[in-house]
Amino acid sequence: MTNTPLDDKQDQTQPRVIAELRGVTKRFGTVLAADNLNLSIGEGEFLSFLGPSGCGKTTALRMLAGFEAPTEGDVLLDGAVVNEIEAHRRPVNMVFQHYALFPHMTVAENIGFGLRQMRPRMAKGEISDKVRRALDLVRLPGFEDRRIWEMSGGQQQRVALARAVVNEPKMLLLDEPLAALDRKLRKEMQIELQNIQRSLGITFILVTHDQEEALSMSDRICIMRDGRIVQIGTPQELYDQPISRYVADFVGTSNFFDGTLEAGSGAIAGVKLANGITLGGRPVGAIAAGDPVSLSVRPEQIGLTRKQGGAGALPVTVRNRIFLGEHTEYLVRHETLGEFFVLAPRQSELSEGPFNSGEGLFASWDATAALVLTRK
Amino acid sequence: MRLYAALVYLFLYIPIGVIALFSFTAGRHASQLQGLSVQWYGKALHNPFVMDALQTSLMVALISATLASTFGAMAAVALQGLRGPVRVAFDGLIYIAVMIPGIVIGIATLIALVTLFAGLNPIIAAVWPAGSAPPQLGLGIGSLVAAHTMFLMALCIIIVRARLSGMDRSLTEASSDLYATPMGTFRQVTLPLIFPAILAGFLLSFTFSFDDFIIAFFVAGSETTLPIYVFSSIRRGVTPEINAIGTMVLAVSLTVLMVAQFLLRRGANKGGGA
Repeated sequence: MTNTPLDDKQDQTQPRVIAELRGVTKRFGTVLAADNLNLSIGEGEFLSFLGPSGCGKTTALRMLAGFEAPTEGDVLLDGAVVNEIEAHRRPVNMVFQHYALFPHMTVAENIGFGLRQMRPRMAKGEISDKVRRALDLVRLPGFEDRRIWEMSGGQQQRVALARAVVNEPKMLLLDEPLAALDRKLRKEMQIELQNIQRSLGITFILVTHDQEEALSMSDRICIMRDGRIVQIGTPQELYDQPISRYVADFVGTSNFFDGTLEAGSGAIAGVKLANGITLGGRPVGAIAAGDPVSLSVRPEQIGLTRKQGGAGALPVTVRNRIFLGEHTEYLVRHETLGEFFVLAPRQSELSEGPFNSGEGLFASWDATAALVLTRK
Repeated sequence: MRLYAALVYLFLYIPIGVIALFSFTAGRHASQLQGLSVQWYGKALHNPFVMDALQTSLMVALISATLASTFGAMAAVALQGLRGPVRVAFDGLIYIAVMIPGIVIGIATLIALVTLFAGLNPIIAAVWPAGSAPPQLGLGIGSLVAAHTMFLMALCIIIVRARLSGMDRSLTEASSDLYATPMGTFRQVTLPLIFPAILAGFLLSFTFSFDDFIIAFFVAGSETTLPIYVFSSIRRGVTPEINAIGTMVLAVSLTVLMVAQFLLRRGANKGGGA
C-alpha cells in the first residue's frame, strides 16, 4: 500500500506521504471497529472517510489524532510510527463534531489555547497576532472577546476551525464538522473549507456520512463499511468505476437490478434477472458465474423514446415526472423489473418533447454503461 | 390536594417561624412574645460558653468542609477514569455513605476511634522517649473533623461527579489535541469547569458540619459544638437566648445553602451545553 499512486489528475509529481495506516486493526472488547486498514495520505491532500455510522471511520480518525491506539498494525506520521504517542504530542489538530469549544474562555482564549501550550513559550503579542489572523481567515474579525455561548452554531464552527488551523498542524482532522449546521450554512462552509484548505496547503482528513459533502470537497474518498476500507479513489473514479453495489449506492444514485451472473467471457456479461430477462453489463472485480450480482445503471445513462427500439429496449410506463431545470427526472415502471429512475437532459426533451405521466415508452442503455457489481 | 400541601408546609415551617419570631421577645419566656427587642441576641453573643461553642463549630466546619471538598473532588476525578464492576462498587459505597443515618455513623465512628485509640495509645507510650509524658490520643476536635470529613466527602464526590458527567468528554480531548499535557488539561479545562461544583460542595459541607448534632454528640468527647451546647442548655430550660442562637444559625445556614444552589445552577447552565 505504500506505493499506492495518489490521485494523478492534478499533477504528475507525487506528493510526499504525510500519514499512513499499515494493517491497522482496532478492537473494543469483542467489537472489531477497524479491520486491517491500509492507506497512505499525501501532503496537502483532502481525503474523506465516507460511510454509515459504525463503519469505523471515526475510529480511523481517532487513531490518527492519538485518542485511540491500534490493537494491531502501525499508524505513521511523517514516516515515524506514532502508535504510542499521545494526542498532545502529535502535530495534528482536530475539529470536533460538536466543536468542543471551552465554555469558560473567550473566543480569543479558545483559539490561542494550542499556542499557549507550546514550549518554549510563545510571546503574548505573537499569540494575539496569530489569533487575529486566524479569525480573519474564518471571516470573524473582531470576535476576540466574544463568549462562546453568545455565538451561533455557524460561528462556533468557524471558531473551532480557527482554533485548529492556528497551530499550523501537519494534518487537520474533521469529525463530521458540518453535521450540526443547517443545509444552507453547510453549503457555504463546504466551499469555505475547500478554500481554506487550498490557501493553507494543510492536509485535511474529513469524516462524514454525507456523500455530497465528501464528493464536493475531497481529492480522494475512502469508502468504509464494517470497519473495512471498501474502495479508495477520486470522486470521479468512485462514481464511474465502483467496485461493488455498496459503493455505487453510496456515491451518487443508481438503479439496481438484482440477478445472477451467467457464464461467459468477454467485456460484456449477461445477468439473468429474477423475472427471467437477461441483460448485459460490464463485470467489475472478481465475480464468477452463478454469483448474486446487481446490474447498476446510472439514471443519466438511460435513454427514453416513444419509438419501438432495438432488441434490448424495455417497455416502461411513466409514473412521475420531476422537472429539475437543466434535467428532468422520470420515475418509470417496467412490468416485472419494477420502478427505476431516468434522468433526461433538456436537450433530449426538445427533440421528442416531454413525456407525460402514464405514457408508454421504451427505455434502453448501452451495455457498456451498465456495471455488473457484486452484492456482497 | 393544595390544602393538604399547604398544611404539610405549615406543619414543617411554623415551628421554625415561631422560634425566629419569639427570639425577638422582650420578656423572659421562650414561649411568649412580650414586646420586641434584640436583647437575647446580645445576651447570646456575650455568653462565653456560646462563643466557645461557636468557635469550635466554625473551626470543625471549616476544616471538614475544606478537606471533604478537596479530597472529594480528587476522588471524583479519579473515579471518572474507572469502568466496570470496580466503578459500580465504588458508586454504591458512596451512595450508601450518604444514606446511612447519622446516628449509625456516629456510633460506628465512636467505636472505631475508641478501638483505634485503645490500640495506639500503649504503642505510643512504649516508643515515647522517657522523661516526658506521652500524648494520649482521644476524642475531640480531631475526631469531629475525621467523622465529618468522611461523611461529607461522599457528598462532595456525588456533587462533583454530577458536574463531571454533565461535561462533554470531547472538551478534555480537545485540550489534549491542542497539546495540553494531562496536568495542563486538568488545570486549564477540567478544574475551571468543575470549580463551581467543588465550591458548592464546600458550602454544603460547611452547613452540614456546622449544624450537625448527632455525629458530633458521639465523637466530640469533651468538646462542645454549638448544636451540642444548645441541646444541653435546653435540658436546663429553654430561654429566648436559645431561640436567638437557633435563628442566627438558621440565617447563616440558609445564606450559605442559597449561595451553593446558585453556584450549582450557574455551573450547569454555563458548561454543560457545550
